Amino acid sequence: MDNSKAVFVGAVFVALALFPWLGAGSYGIDLVTKIMIYAILALSLELLVGSTGLVCFGQAAFFGIGAYAAVLLSGEEDAASVLWLLPACVLAAALYALAVGALSLRTKGVYFIMVTLAFAQMAYFVVHDTALGGGTDGIYLYFRPGLGEWLVLDDPVTMYLFSLACLIGVFAFLAVLLRSRFGRALAGIKVNEQRMRGTGFTTYPYKLAAFTISGGLAGLGGFLFAVKDGFVNPELMSWHLSGAALVMIILGGLGHLRGALVGAFAFLLLQELFKTEAIFGDFAKHWHLGLGIVIIAAVAFLPRGLVGLPEQLRKRLAGVGAGERGGSLKNPLGEAKS
Amino acid sequence: MDLTTFLIQCLNALQYGLLLFLVASGLTLIFGIMGVINLAHGSFYMIGAYMAYALAPAIESSLGGGFFSVLLVGLVLSVVIGYVLEWAFYSYLYDRDHLQQVLMTYGLILVFEELRSLLVGDDVYGVQIPEILAGSVPLSEVMTYPVYRLFVSALCIALVAGMFYVFARTRLGMMIRAGASNREMVQSLGIDINFLYRVVFAAGFALAAFAGMVAAPVSSVYPGMGNEVLIICFVVVVIGGIGSIQGALVAALLIGFVDTFGKVIVPDAAGVMVYLAMAVILLWKPDGLFKAG
Repeated sequence: MDNSKAVFVGAVFVALALFPWLGAGSYGIDLVTKIMIYAILALSLELLVGSTGLVCFGQAAFFGIGAYAAVLLSGEEDAASVLWLLPACVLAAALYALAVGALSLRTKGVYFIMVTLAFAQMAYFVVHDTALGGGTDGIYLYFRPGLGEWLVLDDPVTMYLFSLACLIGVFAFLAVLLRSRFGRALAGIKVNEQRMRGTGFTTYPYKLAAFTISGGLAGLGGFLFAVKDGFVNPELMSWHLSGAALVMIILGGLGHLRGALVGAFAFLLLQELFKTEAIFGDFAKHWHLGLGIVIIAAVAFLPRGLVGLPEQLRKRLAGVGAGERGGSLKNPLGEAKS
Repeated sequence: MDLTTFLIQCLNALQYGLLLFLVASGLTLIFGIMGVINLAHGSFYMIGAYMAYALAPAIESSLGGGFFSVLLVGLVLSVVIGYVLEWAFYSYLYDRDHLQQVLMTYGLILVFEELRSLLVGDDVYGVQIPEILAGSVPLSEVMTYPVYRLFVSALCIALVAGMFYVFARTRLGMMIRAGASNREMVQSLGIDINFLYRVVFAAGFALAAFAGMVAAPVSSVYPGMGNEVLIICFVVVVIGGIGSIQGALVAALLIGFVDTFGKVIVPDAAGVMVYLAMAVILLWKPDGLFKAG
């Protein structure tokens, strides 16, 4: 990350930290908390799709497992401590990711996409059809976890700041991880796995580690979601959420951590915009239409995602023409075709 | 389970599997030949089903002939819509990477769903079974089987036979098979690949829409019906091996039987069975049952 990008990310986090004191109403606090939680999900997926070239279509399962773990593990009598509940939720999601990854990494390309979807659907039907997760109705969280008087997550602003701290933590963790030798190996796998093997890397453990870490981070997002809403239902694991997370990172721009951040904000703010009755009146209930058209336009005009926009504009202004196609991720599924 | 129940379930599974094949065959061809991951394929099925519902009154008053003229008009319309869609949207996706395709076709799903909601509304509608086919066949003293479902199976079998004929015996089929196994080579042999793409896409759209139209009287039409079908069809496509028509047929029938009997034998875990089958098959054969090319 060069300086201007670091400044951009820093400015975003500072703005987010000041937001509750800049006249944000309870609606704003709630919305941005939600967006930040989804941004954590998007970041976890970015580690797989953008950084390793593994397109996972089942990220919602890890998110959902984190959320269900938060509700199922916290007691009905008093509030659980964040200190053990949060790691437990992350661990639960990471363990499931380890099992899923160990099996599904045997396949490649589109087959990998579908196997991860299959495992996510299995998790979905387990909570949907069995008594374990309260069936289709979902379950309520009796007490929000906290940490005595130090951390009362019932308070929306505290919840907001706690989510922001988690988001910054995840972002920093991934930024460091991707600069490490491990992260470089993942980048190598994304570009050319065959060559990485040729240079003496056993790629499977690297991919499995990335998959497990990604699952754990998604689980953290799920934990926050359950605590924020105090409620979980099977929709958290549905493929729609996995798809939405993919859309967020592609919209933002693959191969950049800040792309996941920008994509999550853009996607959810657009959704919120098209739902606003003050602007669209009766048409607001057809908000999917506007969102769909924006997404199609984004594909047509922003081949590198939103983070590629400044460069695209610079080129256009310099008269070079931004017609160059293909994002930084050139055909990640190339090996699927024979 | 006695023999009659078993037979009925077999017929149900066959009919479901054949319908799945009609949708999945287009999906697998569009992926195999054009390399496009088409998430909106389920919407094509949904559009077909809603055409069967929405066109019926207009066609009844102008043409007469009931359900069969609806099918015919719907089929012609869907070929036209498929052709236009390819021209307007999908032809821009061929040299993009797969994730861009996922993004755009996801956008199309949203647009199609909302257009459906604007034009027809969000209620569940039934579609009438044509009168000639409304009866049922007695199988034992108490059990009967609806004629319409048999008709659907027969129609699908006829279509499948026709498709395999076109595929195996005609020049067009030869070009399609060649396109699925090596696109560049076909292009360099001087075959108009853009035309081939457009034909395959229109045919894929029409097959999915047709499946929707014949399924509408059995399943009724409801919001979100396309998404359900989409995911199952992707399962079929990858189990069968991407780009393989035979694979899609075998996989569709397999999924039809697994789903139908899963619901009878283990009703509590019915939803999981299909995905379990898929995971097992892909772990056993990571490239699907019939790898094309």
